[in-house]
Amino acid sequence: MTALLEMRGISKVFPGVRALDNVSLSVQPGEIHAICGENGAGKSTLMKVLSGVYPFGSYEGDIIYDGETLACRNIRDSEARGIIIIHQELALVPLLSIAENLFLGNEVAKNGVINWGEAYQRTEGLLKKVGLNELPTTKVEKLGVGKQQLIEIAKALAKDVRLLILDEPTAALQENDSQKLLDLMLELKAQGVTQIIISHKLNEISRVADRITVIRDGASVSTMDKHEITEDRIIRDMVGRDMAHRYPERTPNPGPVLMEVAGWNVWHTEQAERQIIKDVSFNVKKGEIVGIAGLMGTGRTELAMSIFGKSYGQGHKGSIKMHGVEVDVSTVPKAVKAGIAYVTEDRKGLGLILEEPIVKNITLANLAGVAMRGVLDKRRETRVAEGYRKQLAIRTPGVQQKVVNLSGGNQQKVVLSKWLFTEPEVLILDEPTRGIDVGAKFEIYTIMKELAEQGRSIVMISSEMPELLGMCDRIYVMNEGRIVGELDRAEASQEKIMALILKGEGKAA
Amino acid sequence: MAQEKKSSSALGDRLRENGMLLALVAIVALFSVLLAYQGKTFLQPQNITNIFLQNGHVIILALGMLLVIVSGHIDLSVGSVAAFTGAVAAYLTVNLGLPFYVVIPLTLIVGGCIGAVQGYWVAFWRIPSFIVTLAGMMVFRGATMWMLGGQNIGPFPKEFQAISSGFLPDLTGIGQPHGLTVILVVLAIGAQFWLGFRARARDAEFGIEPEPMALFMGRTVLIAAATAFVGYQLAYLKGLPNVLVVLIVLTVLYAFFTENTTMGRRIYAVGGNEKAAKLSGINSDRLVFACFVNMGVLAALAGMMVTARLNSATPKAGTGFELDAIASVFIGGASMTGGSGKIVGVVIGALIMGVMNMGMSIMGIGIDYQQMIKGLVLLAAVIFDVYNKAK
Repeated sequence: MTALLEMRGISKVFPGVRALDNVSLSVQPGEIHAICGENGAGKSTLMKVLSGVYPFGSYEGDIIYDGETLACRNIRDSEARGIIIIHQELALVPLLSIAENLFLGNEVAKNGVINWGEAYQRTEGLLKKVGLNELPTTKVEKLGVGKQQLIEIAKALAKDVRLLILDEPTAALQENDSQKLLDLMLELKAQGVTQIIISHKLNEISRVADRITVIRDGASVSTMDKHEITEDRIIRDMVGRDMAHRYPERTPNPGPVLMEVAGWNVWHTEQAERQIIKDVSFNVKKGEIVGIAGLMGTGRTELAMSIFGKSYGQGHKGSIKMHGVEVDVSTVPKAVKAGIAYVTEDRKGLGLILEEPIVKNITLANLAGVAMRGVLDKRRETRVAEGYRKQLAIRTPGVQQKVVNLSGGNQQKVVLSKWLFTEPEVLILDEPTRGIDVGAKFEIYTIMKELAEQGRSIVMISSEMPELLGMCDRIYVMNEGRIVGELDRAEASQEKIMALILKGEGKAA
Repeated sequence: MAQEKKSSSALGDRLRENGMLLALVAIVALFSVLLAYQGKTFLQPQNITNIFLQNGHVIILALGMLLVIVSGHIDLSVGSVAAFTGAVAAYLTVNLGLPFYVVIPLTLIVGGCIGAVQGYWVAFWRIPSFIVTLAGMMVFRGATMWMLGGQNIGPFPKEFQAISSGFLPDLTGIGQPHGLTVILVVLAIGAQFWLGFRARARDAEFGIEPEPMALFMGRTVLIAAATAFVGYQLAYLKGLPNVLVVLIVLTVLYAFFTENTTMGRRIYAVGGNEKAAKLSGINSDRLVFACFVNMGVLAALAGMMVTARLNSATPKAGTGFELDAIASVFIGGASMTGGSGKIVGVVIGALIMGVMNMGMSIMGIGIDYQQMIKGLVLLAAVIFDVYNKAK
């Protein structure tokens, strides 16, 4: 049997990063092909190449689809060939009805006039196909995430899909919704729709996939058939790389427990019934660097932000102690006063005011520290900013420079400076090296090391396991809102972390 | 290479401020020349006094509007609120016979309360400010008509009229020229040089690339000359109008507030990136609320000024004020999305509008053309900004 899709030697280079390096993928007609890999391994980039988000010519290698070379200039081209991708973030218009969404950009119309009768009829047919019992006129916002996911699939079916790509389709779904979705995938397979699923949930993959391709560091590592699939082999293939980065030498010297979080529970900001953080307990010692590992969407950021002034979620339950005394962290100023600082993963969106100069960004969280009775002392403010510029080696002609002009690494140092100026005892660093080049990463690690040596405690959230292993004294592993394990520096390894995550996954199922 | 590009962005901000000032000077010069052809003098004492008297309310509204716009919002109701508070002041003065020193604070409080009500919905309920203040615009226009019963209330006692048409008394007793005015003008010119050199010294200390000396001196001398000229003209008429004194005090106060206080800084942060500001422990809701309260108080002040100038409260007062104020803020260089804009820029923006109004009126240009020209100037100013940023 000839393959429906053959991707050969695909390479894609971004400025400074080789996102894909000679990746090959072969998909047989009528199969469900799973793609596994760590965060950032290149799965989504590969799918973007396939679906024309990165147009033909912007990558190297060949894509043979249905016996001929595929040269898509955009998504429209790939959709015309029956290749349809459903992204993790759903692309539905919440205020439009189901029928309007299904045929958006592809309306059942003649000369621009929509034939509603036919549109509704076809919508009913499509809804039946995906097993949804809803009226075509229902607004999409009234549906839960699970049903919305099914609408996305119905939308794909409306376009005569031949190759359906699902990017982590169950990431936002509850267990029973996930099961429904997987059932639907098998049903579509029976109808002859070829599918690619991106996922790192092993139980799902082994249930629906016929073959698996593992991608690591932008290269395809292996492809295995259903009968070859074992948990161990997938884990080994997913993480089995050399320590690519270097880390500063440090001798951990943790003191007594500084911050202790116990029985922490948080519910989703909008959906009050959805629990995001489930009974989490952890602690950090003085001068210790503690890691929180886990895949994206497991609630690590939500945990950190809920601790930091209840900036995320609602219905917070549990206690937070500093130096053994319970503290009030119900607002950001209170959390800061308690000695906690949170360096966000979303530097540009949540960390910086891009159009303002470095100096104004650095003092923002502690303006009182450079003011007398509400009047700013600009001389002192500049001295403070200059101090951090030298201490953290922020490369800029001057602190009056707008932060939008800085590189990612230097921007991160500005955010770090801002929080260091609040004199925190505990620093929660959320993905501190994301989007930063290798040299700057090492600088950030060195700053972390120095902070720990000064006796500050650091909680490091990261999706990059090697950096957790390289930097942390202890690592907590999180999955689906729970802490599923704790590993010492000595015993921690990528395989063990991955095993804890995947087992946690199994438990939840 | 990268460094070159960066330093130009810092200089770009300065260029814009200087550009605004140059535009103002150019417009004044243009009208002087055009009117000279008609055998009229533009820069005569009465005209200069009138520019401030007739546009004082716009500048005052624009000061408050800048804060509202910087915080990421808009206030469409200020014209109606000014009319309403003017009517309140008229009612208290004429119908109840209260003295001006009771009426003025009372009216300012009424304005503050109106701002608080609108700010409450915007800040704490997250109702879009466009909607809330559009509603306020209608409500307070109606309330003004109701309050006045469709008639004008007036005239006012001298003390109340003095808010807009009074002049600073000459405490020196010289009379002609007005002694106090001369002293204040000299002090003002001295202050300009002193503050200018101090800011330069500080820039150098902070490592900000200093403006070329020639540019700095040129600008400072230009402003000083303008101040001296205006002061000279005023001193030989009736001295400093009260309105101008209020304007200068408020401008200095708001410039200091926006640039040198923690609260001012926080308002810019909220407008620049509300989420980041919140995560930095800034209570954005309370600041937005405060901006609207402030706007209400300034609207009341503007309302009283206009009422005092017309010597009667009328149901139609304040129509279109909100648009003049908003236009001044954007001509002055504030960004639509919030987070940027300077008090000095806004005042210059309002003066540009004012000078154009007066110049075109004296020239006898019809109101139809005036509106079109003002609209095009606003558009040109903002296009210039956007183009500058994209570059």
